[in-house]
Amino acid sequence: MVFSGSGGQGVITAAIILAEAAVLYEDLIAVQSQSYGPEARGGSTRTDVIIADSQIYFPKVTQPNVLVCLTQEAYNKFYPIIRPGGTLITDSRFVKTELKVDARQIELGMYQLVMDAIGKPIVFNICMLGAVIAITGLVRPESVIRVLETRIHPSFLEMNRKALDIGIKIAQDINTPS
Amino acid sequence: MSKTIKFIQGNEVCVEAALYAGLNFFAGYPITPSTEIAELLSSRLPQIGGRFIQMEDEIASICAIIGASLTGSKVMTATSGPGFSLMQEALGYAIMAEIPSVIVNVQRGGPSTGLPTHVSQGDVNQARWGAHGDHAIITLTASNHQDVFAMTVDAFNLAETYRTPVILLFDEVVGHMRERVVIPEKGEHALVERLRTAVKSGVDYHPYLPREDGRLPMSDFGGVHRYNVTGLAHDMWGFPSDNPQVVHGLMRHLIDKIQNNAAEIARTREYYLEDADCILISYGSSARSSLHVVENRRKRGERIGLLELQTLWPFPDHIVRERCRRAQTIVVVEMNMGQVLQQVKLAVDRPERVFLANRMDGVFINPTDIRNILRLIQGKGI
Repeated sequence: MVFSGSGGQGVITAAIILAEAAVLYEDLIAVQSQSYGPEARGGSTRTDVIIADSQIYFPKVTQPNVLVCLTQEAYNKFYPIIRPGGTLITDSRFVKTELKVDARQIELGMYQLVMDAIGKPIVFNICMLGAVIAITGLVRPESVIRVLETRIHPSFLEMNRKALDIGIKIAQDINTPS
Repeated sequence: MSKTIKFIQGNEVCVEAALYAGLNFFAGYPITPSTEIAELLSSRLPQIGGRFIQMEDEIASICAIIGASLTGSKVMTATSGPGFSLMQEALGYAIMAEIPSVIVNVQRGGPSTGLPTHVSQGDVNQARWGAHGDHAIITLTASNHQDVFAMTVDAFNLAETYRTPVILLFDEVVGHMRERVVIPEKGEHALVERLRTAVKSGVDYHPYLPREDGRLPMSDFGGVHRYNVTGLAHDMWGFPSDNPQVVHGLMRHLIDKIQNNAAEIARTREYYLEDADCILISYGSSARSSLHVVENRRKRGERIGLLELQTLWPFPDHIVRERCRRAQTIVVVEMNMGQVLQQVKLAVDRPERVFLANRMDGVFINPTDIRNILRLIQGKGI
């Protein structure tokens, strides 16, 4: 899968957390890498994650099964690479999906929900991660929480947990059509 | 105690392995894409009573580790192409003065400042011949994190065994990607410690008088023995000499101690070579793309194999020649204009069998690139 957005949104961090959860707590094999430019913030960011049950040799993604785009720029740049029949996840506040691709397009209001419920954009990425794990079923939420516990200060844990739940919930809602 | 499993970058694995091997002195000047090595060691080394120094440049960095090694420390520095260029003079000094040391070069695009954030394998020949004068050198590389760990520990071991600088030639892809690594328990991976002289204080110590097995016991500089260390051709006392016999003996020693042990130093990984008509030869991150192609084509019944080189220098030509004996085509996969290609051509019989599959545009060579070149070689078009 490929996560894309703008520098500072935390897409790379989200990818690392996901891959680490898969390796350490799900007994899966994972490789994470990122496209890497000189800029620390801004610009479009891309990170590749491969999760498998067998050895991964080539560590980059050429056609993602799951593509997440958190900015319009990232969407415009990366939507053509999605694997036919794959899943495209965008945030409805930042991305206007203009072109039809042969993929399941899921537009989620993740940013708005995070701002309404928590009021801090820094956990936007964790909310996105919640949606991704709910849609793909690759990694259990507990495994992500275990990684978060090792990586972040305890006082921020609750906020992250909440963001993860919001992401899981919003994705479950679209998975179960009313 | 259960094994420690980590999900980290290749550069971080290099740090874990260096500490495992006993690193206690690092001097460096951070540079992309090797920065994480210096960053991590700046916090890790002080915690174990080691020393981390950020120097003013790469020349000072390598000089600092040479000095520290002489006093008995296990030392390392880390850089990328531009810094590695600056280090060449002192690298030659470390070869001449026989100073155990590990120099990491996480390769990026060159020449000059080149492509700071993009992958390359363009420093293979620089690792071999960057320092002037006749010499031998050891250079190791790796394509995955478990091997980054093993090669880093081996680099320290070989540096001590042969009293020589050892170059770890990684690349941006391996340095920055994250994957699983199992940190071995203490004692699981053998360590070579400093061979110190048994000569007592007050008794003459000859720093450059090899034992029968060619090894030179060291005495911690600033300790009980006074001796000279120089980049000039020197005698067994370490004092400058232009006596042809002495110089000849020194040169033979410097080169033979490595070339005569090439088989011991050679490290490779072999995949499906037994019946392979087509053999890919690769190393570092491009070996991953190569293995991807080999695994896929094997499933379709093609007789294709991979010889992955982990020792680049001394070039393991005996292994390359032997494994490629029966192959119809040999394809060297690398991210430069054919630096290992030339070595393979020299090593094998019928070098017209050897082809190059390369990229040198800063883009990581992918399985499709290799497949397309294979099709061209096989006359099938793209």
